[in-house]
Amino acid sequence: MATYSTNQFKPGLKLMFDGDPYTIIDNEFVKPGKGQAFNRIKIRNLKTGRTIEKTMKSGDTAEGADVVDLELQFLYTDGSEYHFMNTTSFDQLIASAAAMGDAAKWLKGQEMCQVTLWNDAPLAVSAPNFVVLRIVETDPGLRGDTATGGTKPAKMETGAVVKVPLFIEQGDLLKIDTRTGEYVSRAKE
Amino acid sequence: MPQDWRPSASPSTMRRRAAIVAALRAYFDAQGVCEVSTPLLSPQATTEPTLGNLGVNNPFDAELGWYLRTSPESAMKRLVASGSGDIYQLGPVFRADERGRHHLTEFTLLEWYRVGFGLEQLMDDVEGAIGAAGFTRPLTRMAYGDLFTRHLGVQPHGLATATLTQLVAAQDMVLAPADQADRAFLFDCLYACVLEPVLKNLGAVFLYDFPVELRAYARLTDGPPAVAARFELVVDGLELANGYHEIIDAQEQARCFAAENATRHGRGLFLVPPDAGWLAALASGLPACAGVALGVERLLMVLGLGHPIDAVSLFARELDK
Repeated sequence: MATYSTNQFKPGLKLMFDGDPYTIIDNEFVKPGKGQAFNRIKIRNLKTGRTIEKTMKSGDTAEGADVVDLELQFLYTDGSEYHFMNTTSFDQLIASAAAMGDAAKWLKGQEMCQVTLWNDAPLAVSAPNFVVLRIVETDPGLRGDTATGGTKPAKMETGAVVKVPLFIEQGDLLKIDTRTGEYVSRAKE
Repeated sequence: MPQDWRPSASPSTMRRRAAIVAALRAYFDAQGVCEVSTPLLSPQATTEPTLGNLGVNNPFDAELGWYLRTSPESAMKRLVASGSGDIYQLGPVFRADERGRHHLTEFTLLEWYRVGFGLEQLMDDVEGAIGAAGFTRPLTRMAYGDLFTRHLGVQPHGLATATLTQLVAAQDMVLAPADQADRAFLFDCLYACVLEPVLKNLGAVFLYDFPVELRAYARLTDGPPAVAARFELVVDGLELANGYHEIIDAQEQARCFAAENATRHGRGLFLVPPDAGWLAALASGLPACAGVALGVERLLMVLGLGHPIDAVSLFARELDK
Protein backbone atom coordinates (compact mmCIF):
# COMPACT_ATOMS: atom_id res chain seq x y z
CA MET A 1 0.00 0.00 0.00
CA ALA A 2 1.18 3.54 -0.71
CA THR A 3 2.20 5.93 2.03
CA TYR A 4 0.81 9.44 2.20
CA SER A 5 2.38 12.62 3.53
CA THR A 6 0.34 15.07 5.65
CA ASN A 7 0.13 17.49 2.73
CA GLN A 8 -1.69 14.79 0.72
CA PHE A 9 -4.26 14.18 3.47
CA LYS A 10 -7.71 14.99 2.16
CA PRO A 11 -11.18 14.23 3.53
CA GLY A 12 -12.12 10.69 2.56
CA LEU A 13 -8.55 9.37 2.33
CA LYS A 14 -8.27 6.00 4.13
CA LEU A 15 -5.19 5.51 6.32
CA MET A 16 -3.84 3.12 8.93
CA PHE A 17 -3.23 4.37 12.50
CA ASP A 18 -2.29 2.04 15.36
CA GLY A 19 -3.30 -0.99 13.29
CA ASP A 20 -6.82 0.22 12.51
CA PRO A 21 -8.19 1.69 9.29
CA TYR A 22 -9.38 5.30 9.51
CA THR A 23 -10.95 7.78 7.15
CA ILE A 24 -9.90 11.44 7.23
CA ILE A 25 -12.70 13.85 8.03
CA ASP A 26 -10.72 17.06 8.35
CA ASN A 27 -7.11 18.16 7.98
CA GLU A 28 -6.07 21.53 9.40
CA PHE A 29 -2.61 23.00 8.82
CA VAL A 30 -1.32 24.56 12.06
CA LYS A 31 1.92 26.49 12.24
CA PRO A 32 2.72 28.25 15.48
CA GLY A 33 4.33 31.63 15.07
CA LYS A 34 7.87 31.07 14.01
CA GLY A 35 7.60 27.37 14.76
CA GLN A 36 7.28 23.88 13.43
CA ALA A 37 4.31 23.10 11.15
CA PHE A 38 1.75 20.53 12.23
CA ASN A 39 -1.37 19.00 10.78
CA ARG A 40 -4.29 18.58 13.14
CA ILE A 41 -6.41 15.83 11.69
CA LYS A 42 -9.85 14.57 12.57
CA ILE A 43 -10.20 10.89 11.71
CA ARG A 44 -12.92 8.26 12.05
CA ASN A 45 -12.09 4.70 12.98
CA LEU A 46 -13.79 2.56 10.34
CA LYS A 47 -14.10 -0.38 12.73
CA THR A 48 -15.63 1.40 15.71
CA GLY A 49 -17.06 4.52 14.08
CA ARG A 50 -15.33 6.63 16.75
CA THR A 51 -13.90 10.00 15.71
CA ILE A 52 -10.64 11.21 17.22
CA GLU A 53 -8.25 14.12 16.72
CA LYS A 54 -4.55 13.68 16.16
CA THR A 55 -1.70 16.15 15.74
CA MET A 56 1.10 15.19 13.38
CA LYS A 57 4.31 16.89 12.37
CA SER A 58 3.87 18.24 8.83
CA GLY A 59 5.62 16.04 6.33
CA ASP A 60 5.17 12.90 8.43
CA THR A 61 3.53 10.00 6.66
CA ALA A 62 0.92 7.34 7.24
CA GLU A 63 0.30 4.12 5.38
CA GLY A 64 -2.74 3.95 3.15
CA ALA A 65 -5.47 1.53 4.22
CA ASP A 66 -6.70 -0.98 1.64
CA VAL A 67 -10.29 0.13 2.01
CA VAL A 68 -12.89 0.26 -0.76
CA ASP A 69 -16.59 0.99 -0.78
CA LEU A 70 -18.77 -1.30 -2.93
CA GLU A 71 -22.50 -1.44 -3.62
CA LEU A 72 -23.47 -5.04 -2.82
CA GLN A 73 -26.82 -6.79 -2.67
CA PHE A 74 -27.87 -8.26 0.66
CA LEU A 75 -29.02 -11.86 0.14
CA TYR A 76 -29.81 -13.46 3.49
CA THR A 77 -28.57 -14.11 7.01
CA ASP A 78 -28.01 -17.54 8.48
CA GLY A 79 -28.50 -16.11 11.93
CA SER A 80 -24.86 -15.37 12.69
CA GLU A 81 -23.41 -14.14 9.38
CA TYR A 82 -24.72 -11.96 6.58
CA HIS A 83 -24.37 -12.88 2.92
CA PHE A 84 -23.90 -10.30 0.16
CA MET A 85 -23.45 -10.54 -3.60
CA ASN A 86 -21.60 -8.37 -6.06
CA THR A 87 -24.24 -7.98 -8.80
CA THR A 88 -21.66 -7.52 -11.56
CA SER A 89 -19.18 -10.28 -10.72
CA PHE A 90 -21.67 -12.47 -8.78
CA ASP A 91 -18.97 -12.91 -6.11
CA GLN A 92 -20.41 -13.59 -2.70
CA LEU A 93 -19.07 -12.01 0.49
CA ILE A 94 -19.84 -12.69 4.12
CA ALA A 95 -20.11 -9.95 6.75
CA SER A 96 -19.97 -10.53 10.50
CA ALA A 97 -22.62 -9.20 12.86
CA ALA A 98 -20.01 -6.72 14.12
CA ALA A 99 -19.48 -5.38 10.60
CA MET A 100 -23.25 -5.15 10.10
CA GLY A 101 -23.73 -2.97 13.18
CA ASP A 102 -27.11 -1.23 13.10
CA ALA A 103 -27.62 -1.98 9.41
CA ALA A 104 -28.77 -5.55 10.14
CA LYS A 105 -32.04 -4.51 11.74
CA TRP A 106 -33.26 -2.71 8.59
CA LEU A 107 -32.60 -5.47 6.01
CA LYS A 108 -35.01 -8.07 4.66
CA GLY A 109 -33.10 -9.21 1.57
CA GLN A 110 -32.49 -7.83 -1.96
CA GLU A 111 -31.44 -4.35 -0.72
CA MET A 112 -28.38 -2.72 -2.28
CA CYS A 113 -26.06 -1.73 0.57
CA GLN A 114 -22.79 0.16 0.75
CA VAL A 115 -20.22 -2.31 2.05
CA THR A 116 -16.78 -1.09 3.13
CA LEU A 117 -14.11 -3.71 2.52
CA TRP A 118 -10.79 -3.67 4.37
CA ASN A 119 -8.20 -6.09 2.97
CA ASP A 120 -11.08 -7.58 0.93
CA ALA A 121 -13.20 -8.42 4.00
CA PRO A 122 -16.39 -6.51 4.91
CA LEU A 123 -15.60 -4.01 7.64
CA ALA A 124 -18.77 -1.95 7.78
CA VAL A 125 -22.17 -2.05 6.14
CA SER A 126 -24.55 0.84 5.62
CA ALA A 127 -28.22 0.09 5.00
CA PRO A 128 -29.90 2.11 2.23
CA ASN A 129 -30.79 5.58 3.57
CA PHE A 130 -34.49 4.76 3.30
CA VAL A 131 -36.20 1.40 3.66
CA VAL A 132 -39.88 0.38 3.47
CA LEU A 133 -40.94 -2.13 6.10
CA ARG A 134 -44.21 -3.57 7.38
CA ILE A 135 -45.33 -3.27 11.01
CA VAL A 136 -45.86 -6.66 12.63
CA GLU A 137 -46.78 -5.40 16.08
CA THR A 138 -48.09 -2.14 17.54
CA ASP A 139 -50.95 -0.83 19.68
CA PRO A 140 -54.20 -0.25 17.78
CA GLY A 141 -54.24 3.04 15.87
CA LEU A 142 -56.05 6.12 17.17
CA ARG A 143 -58.09 6.98 14.11
CA GLY A 144 -57.99 10.56 12.99
CA ASP A 145 -55.29 11.44 15.51
CA THR A 146 -52.85 13.15 13.16
CA ALA A 147 -52.44 16.29 15.25
CA THR A 148 -51.43 15.54 18.83
CA GLY A 149 -47.89 14.57 17.94
CA GLY A 150 -47.79 11.60 20.31
CA THR A 151 -45.87 8.47 19.41
CA LYS A 152 -45.90 4.76 20.24
CA PRO A 153 -43.42 1.95 19.56
CA ALA A 154 -43.94 -0.29 16.53
CA LYS A 155 -42.11 -3.51 15.78
CA MET A 156 -41.17 -3.95 12.13
CA GLU A 157 -40.93 -7.19 10.17
CA THR A 158 -37.12 -7.18 10.54
CA GLY A 159 -37.40 -6.87 14.32
CA ALA A 160 -36.45 -3.19 14.48
CA VAL A 161 -38.56 -1.02 16.77
CA VAL A 162 -39.48 2.44 15.52
CA LYS A 163 -41.41 5.28 17.15
CA VAL A 164 -44.50 5.98 15.04
CA PRO A 165 -47.43 8.44 15.25
CA LEU A 166 -50.53 7.24 17.10
CA PHE A 167 -52.70 6.87 13.97
CA ILE A 168 -50.45 4.17 12.47
CA GLU A 169 -51.95 0.63 12.31
CA GLN A 170 -50.46 -2.83 12.57
CA GLY A 171 -49.83 -4.09 9.02
CA ASP A 172 -49.03 -0.60 7.65
CA LEU A 173 -46.01 -0.16 5.40
CA LEU A 174 -43.66 2.58 6.62
CA LYS A 175 -40.81 4.50 5.05
CA ILE A 176 -37.95 4.79 7.56
CA ASP A 177 -34.74 6.81 7.54
CA THR A 178 -32.09 4.29 8.61
CA ARG A 179 -29.56 7.02 9.46
CA THR A 180 -31.75 8.35 12.27
CA GLY A 181 -33.98 5.30 12.79
CA GLU A 182 -36.97 7.62 12.43
CA TYR A 183 -40.35 7.17 10.81
CA VAL A 184 -40.72 9.29 7.65
CA SER A 185 -44.16 8.47 6.23
CA ARG A 186 -46.58 5.71 5.38
CA ALA A 187 -45.73 3.90 2.15
CA LYS A 188 -47.87 2.24 -0.53
CA GLU A 189 -47.73 -1.48 -1.39
CA MET B 1 -4.06 26.17 -14.62
CA PRO B 2 -7.31 25.96 -12.66
CA GLN B 3 -10.46 25.60 -14.76
CA ASP B 4 -12.03 28.45 -12.85
CA TRP B 5 -10.59 31.73 -14.10
CA ARG B 6 -12.41 33.80 -11.52
CA PRO B 7 -10.59 35.33 -8.53
CA SER B 8 -11.14 33.59 -5.18
CA ALA B 9 -12.08 36.89 -3.51
CA SER B 10 -15.04 39.00 -4.62
CA PRO B 11 -14.77 42.52 -6.14
CA SER B 12 -16.32 44.01 -3.00
CA THR B 13 -13.68 42.28 -0.85
CA MET B 14 -11.04 43.60 -3.23
CA ARG B 15 -12.28 47.16 -2.64
CA ARG B 16 -12.49 46.75 1.13
CA ARG B 17 -8.97 45.33 1.11
CA ALA B 18 -7.71 48.34 -0.82
CA ALA B 19 -9.35 50.71 1.68
CA ILE B 20 -7.74 48.90 4.64
CA VAL B 21 -4.32 48.91 3.00
CA ALA B 22 -4.74 52.65 2.33
CA ALA B 23 -5.64 53.18 6.01
CA LEU B 24 -2.50 51.31 7.09
CA ARG B 25 -0.36 53.44 4.78
CA ALA B 26 -2.03 56.60 6.14
CA TYR B 27 -1.21 55.48 9.69
CA PHE B 28 2.47 55.03 8.89
CA ASP B 29 2.55 58.30 6.94
CA ALA B 30 1.16 60.13 9.96
CA GLN B 31 3.74 58.41 12.19
CA GLY B 32 6.58 59.49 9.91
CA VAL B 33 7.44 55.90 8.98
CA CYS B 34 8.80 55.72 5.44
CA GLU B 35 7.56 53.11 2.97
CA VAL B 36 10.28 51.03 1.30
CA SER B 37 10.43 48.32 -1.31
CA THR B 38 13.20 45.74 -1.13
CA PRO B 39 13.92 42.91 -3.60
CA LEU B 40 11.83 39.76 -3.74
CA LEU B 41 14.77 37.80 -5.14
CA SER B 42 17.89 37.19 -3.14
CA PRO B 43 21.01 35.04 -3.41
CA GLN B 44 20.57 34.38 0.31
CA ALA B 45 18.36 31.60 1.71
CA THR B 46 16.92 31.78 5.20
CA THR B 47 18.61 29.87 8.00
CA GLU B 48 15.33 29.60 9.94
CA PRO B 49 14.69 25.87 10.37
CA THR B 50 10.91 26.19 10.18
CA LEU B 51 10.77 28.22 6.98
CA GLY B 52 11.13 26.79 3.50
CA ASN B 53 12.58 28.90 0.71
CA LEU B 54 11.31 28.70 -2.84
CA GLY B 55 13.99 28.99 -5.47
CA VAL B 56 14.07 30.57 -8.90
CA ASN B 57 16.23 29.20 -11.69
CA ASN B 58 17.66 31.25 -14.47
CA PRO B 59 17.01 29.29 -17.69
CA PHE B 60 19.79 31.20 -19.47
CA ASP B 61 22.46 30.46 -16.90
CA ALA B 62 22.36 27.17 -15.01
CA GLU B 63 24.87 28.55 -12.51
CA LEU B 64 22.50 31.28 -11.44
CA GLY B 65 19.71 30.62 -8.98
CA TRP B 66 17.99 32.85 -6.45
CA TYR B 67 15.65 32.53 -3.55
CA LEU B 68 12.28 34.19 -3.14
CA ARG B 69 12.32 36.00 0.17
CA THR B 70 10.51 34.46 3.14
CA SER B 71 10.59 37.90 4.77
CA PRO B 72 12.17 41.29 4.01
CA GLU B 73 13.97 41.34 7.37
CA SER B 74 17.57 41.22 6.17
CA ALA B 75 17.23 44.03 3.63
CA MET B 76 15.21 46.19 6.03
CA LYS B 77 17.77 45.84 8.81
CA ARG B 78 20.47 46.85 6.37
CA LEU B 79 18.40 49.95 5.62
CA VAL B 80 17.99 50.78 9.31
CA ALA B 81 21.73 50.25 9.85
CA SER B 82 22.39 52.63 6.97
CA GLY B 83 20.46 55.38 8.75
CA SER B 84 17.00 55.06 7.19
CA GLY B 85 15.13 55.72 10.42
CA ASP B 86 11.66 54.18 10.84
CA ILE B 87 10.58 52.18 7.79
CA TYR B 88 7.75 49.91 6.70
CA GLN B 89 7.18 47.59 3.79
CA LEU B 90 4.03 46.02 2.45
CA GLY B 91 4.63 43.26 -0.03
CA PRO B 92 4.64 39.59 -0.92
CA VAL B 93 6.70 36.91 0.79
CA PHE B 94 6.97 33.25 -0.15
CA ARG B 95 7.01 30.15 2.01
CA ALA B 96 7.30 26.68 0.55
CA ASP B 97 4.99 24.05 1.94
CA GLU B 98 2.60 26.41 3.68
CA ARG B 99 -0.99 26.15 2.58
CA GLY B 100 -4.15 25.78 4.60
CA ARG B 101 -7.20 27.65 5.79
CA HIS B 102 -4.92 30.32 7.28
CA HIS B 103 -1.84 29.90 5.09
CA LEU B 104 -0.83 30.84 1.57
CA THR B 105 2.45 29.99 -0.09
CA GLU B 106 2.54 33.59 -1.31
CA PHE B 107 1.07 36.12 1.07
CA THR B 108 1.31 39.80 1.92
CA LEU B 109 3.48 40.81 4.83
CA LEU B 110 3.47 44.20 6.50
CA GLU B 111 6.82 44.57 8.23
CA TRP B 112 8.10 47.62 10.04
CA TYR B 113 10.98 48.81 12.18
CA ARG B 114 10.94 51.50 14.84
CA VAL B 115 14.24 52.97 15.99
CA GLY B 116 14.57 53.29 19.77
CA PHE B 117 11.37 51.36 20.51
CA GLY B 118 11.09 48.60 23.10
CA LEU B 119 8.58 45.77 23.12
CA GLU B 120 5.87 47.70 24.99
CA GLN B 121 6.03 50.64 22.61
CA LEU B 122 5.93 48.32 19.64
CA MET B 123 2.80 46.59 20.97
CA ASP B 124 1.20 50.04 21.35
CA ASP B 125 2.24 50.77 17.77
CA VAL B 126 0.66 47.55 16.49
CA GLU B 127 -2.54 48.49 18.32
CA GLY B 128 -2.41 51.86 16.60
CA ALA B 129 -1.89 50.37 13.15
CA ILE B 130 -4.61 47.73 13.33
CA GLY B 131 -6.89 50.25 15.01
CA ALA B 132 -6.42 52.51 11.99
CA ALA B 133 -7.33 49.51 9.83
CA GLY B 134 -10.62 49.16 11.73
CA PHE B 135 -9.82 46.64 14.46
CA THR B 136 -11.87 47.72 17.47
CA ARG B 137 -11.91 44.65 19.72
CA PRO B 138 -10.28 44.85 23.18
CA LEU B 139 -6.66 43.65 23.32
CA THR B 140 -5.08 42.02 26.34
CA ARG B 141 -1.41 41.36 27.09
CA MET B 142 -0.33 38.09 28.60
CA ALA B 143 3.09 36.63 29.36
CA TYR B 144 3.75 33.35 27.55
CA GLY B 145 4.95 31.90 30.84
CA ASP B 146 1.64 32.69 32.57
CA LEU B 147 -0.43 31.07 29.83
CA PHE B 148 1.85 28.03 29.76
CA THR B 149 1.81 27.63 33.55
CA ARG B 150 -1.96 27.97 33.74
CA HIS B 151 -2.57 25.18 31.22
CA LEU B 152 0.42 22.89 31.65
CA GLY B 153 1.08 23.29 35.36
CA VAL B 154 4.76 24.25 35.14
CA GLN B 155 6.88 27.28 34.27
CA PRO B 156 8.26 26.97 30.72
CA HIS B 157 11.43 28.96 31.30
CA GLY B 158 14.36 26.63 31.90
CA LEU B 159 12.05 23.60 32.06
CA ALA B 160 13.89 20.26 32.16
CA THR B 161 13.92 18.48 28.80
CA ALA B 162 12.59 15.30 30.43
CA THR B 163 9.54 17.19 31.72
CA LEU B 164 9.01 18.80 28.32
CA THR B 165 9.15 15.40 26.65
CA GLN B 166 6.64 13.98 29.13
CA LEU B 167 4.24 16.88 28.56
CA VAL B 168 4.41 16.30 24.81
CA ALA B 169 4.03 12.52 25.14
CA ALA B 170 0.83 13.14 27.11
CA GLN B 171 -0.60 14.91 24.04
CA ASP B 172 -0.63 11.73 21.97
CA MET B 173 2.22 13.02 19.83
CA VAL B 174 4.51 10.47 18.27
CA LEU B 175 8.10 11.58 18.89
CA ALA B 176 11.16 10.39 17.03
CA PRO B 177 14.33 10.10 19.18
CA ALA B 178 15.81 13.18 17.46
CA ASP B 179 12.70 15.20 18.39
CA GLN B 180 13.16 14.51 22.08
CA ALA B 181 16.30 16.61 22.38
CA ASP B 182 14.90 19.40 20.19
CA ARG B 183 13.52 21.79 22.80
CA ALA B 184 12.14 24.31 20.33
CA PHE B 185 10.26 21.50 18.61
CA LEU B 186 8.85 20.28 21.93
CA PHE B 187 7.62 23.80 22.77
CA ASP B 188 6.05 23.99 19.32
CA CYS B 189 4.24 20.69 19.94
CA LEU B 190 2.74 22.04 23.15
CA TYR B 191 1.72 25.22 21.38
CA ALA B 192 -0.08 23.27 18.65
CA CYS B 193 -1.69 20.75 21.02
CA VAL B 194 -2.51 22.88 24.07
CA LEU B 195 -1.91 26.63 23.82
CA GLU B 196 -3.32 27.33 20.37
CA PRO B 197 -6.66 25.61 21.15
CA VAL B 198 -6.84 27.62 24.41
CA LEU B 199 -6.05 30.87 22.59
CA LYS B 200 -9.04 30.26 20.30
CA ASN B 201 -11.20 31.27 23.26
CA LEU B 202 -9.14 34.17 24.55
CA GLY B 203 -9.97 36.85 21.97
CA ALA B 204 -7.23 39.27 20.93
CA VAL B 205 -4.04 38.71 22.94
CA PHE B 206 -0.49 39.98 22.81
CA LEU B 207 1.50 37.00 24.03
CA TYR B 208 4.93 38.24 25.11
CA ASP B 209 8.23 37.09 26.68
CA PHE B 210 8.81 33.71 25.06
CA PRO B 211 11.08 30.88 26.21
CA VAL B 212 14.64 31.44 25.01
CA GLU B 213 14.36 28.34 22.78
CA LEU B 214 11.76 30.26 20.74
CA ARG B 215 13.80 33.46 20.54
CA ALA B 216 14.23 33.54 16.74
CA TYR B 217 16.10 36.87 16.41
CA ALA B 218 14.87 38.52 19.58
CA ARG B 219 17.06 39.90 22.32
CA LEU B 220 17.19 37.99 25.56
CA THR B 221 16.42 39.71 28.83
CA ASP B 222 18.84 39.42 31.75
CA GLY B 223 16.29 37.61 33.92
CA PRO B 224 15.99 35.56 35.94
CA PRO B 225 14.40 33.88 34.20
CA ALA B 226 15.93 35.07 30.94
CA VAL B 227 13.23 35.30 28.27
CA ALA B 228 13.11 36.21 24.60
CA ALA B 229 11.90 39.81 24.19
CA ARG B 230 9.34 39.13 21.50
CA PHE B 231 5.58 39.03 21.18
CA GLU B 232 2.92 37.49 19.01
CA LEU B 233 -0.46 39.05 18.42
CA VAL B 234 -2.99 36.22 18.40
CA VAL B 235 -6.67 36.79 17.62
CA ASP B 236 -9.03 33.90 18.39
CA GLY B 237 -6.08 31.53 18.08
CA LEU B 238 -4.89 32.99 14.80
CA GLU B 239 -1.37 34.43 14.82
CA LEU B 240 -1.50 37.88 13.28
CA ALA B 241 1.87 39.47 14.03
CA ASN B 242 5.31 38.70 15.39
CA GLY B 243 7.32 41.47 17.06
CA TYR B 244 10.88 41.60 18.35
CA HIS B 245 13.20 43.71 20.34
CA GLU B 246 15.87 43.19 17.71
CA ILE B 247 19.35 41.82 18.19
CA ILE B 248 21.88 44.56 17.40
CA ASP B 249 25.06 42.70 18.28
CA ALA B 250 26.68 41.02 15.25
CA GLN B 251 28.28 38.24 17.33
CA GLU B 252 24.99 37.40 19.01
CA GLN B 253 23.26 37.34 15.62
CA ALA B 254 26.01 35.08 14.26
CA ARG B 255 25.46 32.72 17.20
CA CYS B 256 21.73 32.64 16.34
CA PHE B 257 22.47 31.70 12.74
CA ALA B 258 24.89 29.00 13.95
CA ALA B 259 22.30 27.66 16.41
CA GLU B 260 19.73 27.55 13.60
CA ASN B 261 22.11 25.55 11.46
CA ALA B 262 22.68 23.18 14.37
CA THR B 263 18.91 22.72 14.61
CA ARG B 264 18.73 22.24 10.84
CA HIS B 265 21.40 19.57 11.12
CA GLY B 266 19.46 17.83 13.92
CA ARG B 267 16.31 17.85 11.79
CA GLY B 268 18.10 16.50 8.74
CA LEU B 269 17.78 19.76 6.78
CA PHE B 270 20.46 21.21 4.52
CA LEU B 271 22.71 23.87 6.05
CA VAL B 272 22.54 27.49 4.94
CA PRO B 273 25.50 29.90 4.93
CA PRO B 274 24.79 32.74 7.36
CA ASP B 275 23.54 36.02 5.85
CA ALA B 276 26.80 37.99 5.47
CA GLY B 277 25.11 41.29 4.54
CA TRP B 278 22.94 41.16 7.64
CA LEU B 279 25.94 40.45 9.90
CA ALA B 280 28.03 43.20 8.27
CA ALA B 281 25.21 45.70 8.80
CA LEU B 282 25.06 44.81 12.49
CA ALA B 283 28.85 45.01 12.76
CA SER B 284 28.77 48.53 11.34
CA GLY B 285 26.08 49.50 13.87
CA LEU B 286 22.35 48.84 13.90
CA PRO B 287 20.59 51.37 16.12
CA ALA B 288 18.51 49.86 18.94
CA CYS B 289 15.16 49.08 17.36
CA ALA B 290 12.08 46.90 17.47
CA GLY B 291 10.47 45.31 14.45
CA VAL B 292 7.27 43.49 13.68
CA ALA B 293 5.76 41.55 10.79
CA LEU B 294 2.01 41.28 10.32
CA GLY B 295 0.13 38.99 7.95
CA VAL B 296 -2.13 41.27 5.93
CA GLU B 297 -4.52 38.55 4.73
CA ARG B 298 -4.99 37.38 8.30
CA LEU B 299 -5.72 40.91 9.44
CA LEU B 300 -8.41 41.05 6.73
CA MET B 301 -9.81 37.76 8.03
CA VAL B 302 -10.12 39.00 11.61
CA LEU B 303 -11.63 42.24 10.30
CA GLY B 304 -14.42 40.08 8.90
CA LEU B 305 -13.64 40.26 5.19
CA GLY B 306 -13.82 36.52 4.75
CA HIS B 307 -12.79 33.05 5.74
CA PRO B 308 -10.79 30.93 4.83
CA ILE B 309 -7.77 32.93 3.63
CA ASP B 310 -8.82 32.21 0.01
CA ALA B 311 -11.72 34.62 0.46
CA VAL B 312 -9.44 37.60 1.16
CA SER B 313 -6.73 36.96 -1.44
CA LEU B 314 -7.56 37.46 -5.10
CA PHE B 315 -6.03 34.36 -6.67
CA ALA B 316 -5.41 32.14 -3.66
CA ARG B 317 -6.08 28.85 -5.42
CA GLU B 318 -3.72 29.40 -8.34
CA LEU B 319 -1.04 27.08 -6.95
CA ASP B 320 -3.35 24.40 -5.54
CA LYS B 321 -3.13 20.96 -7.06
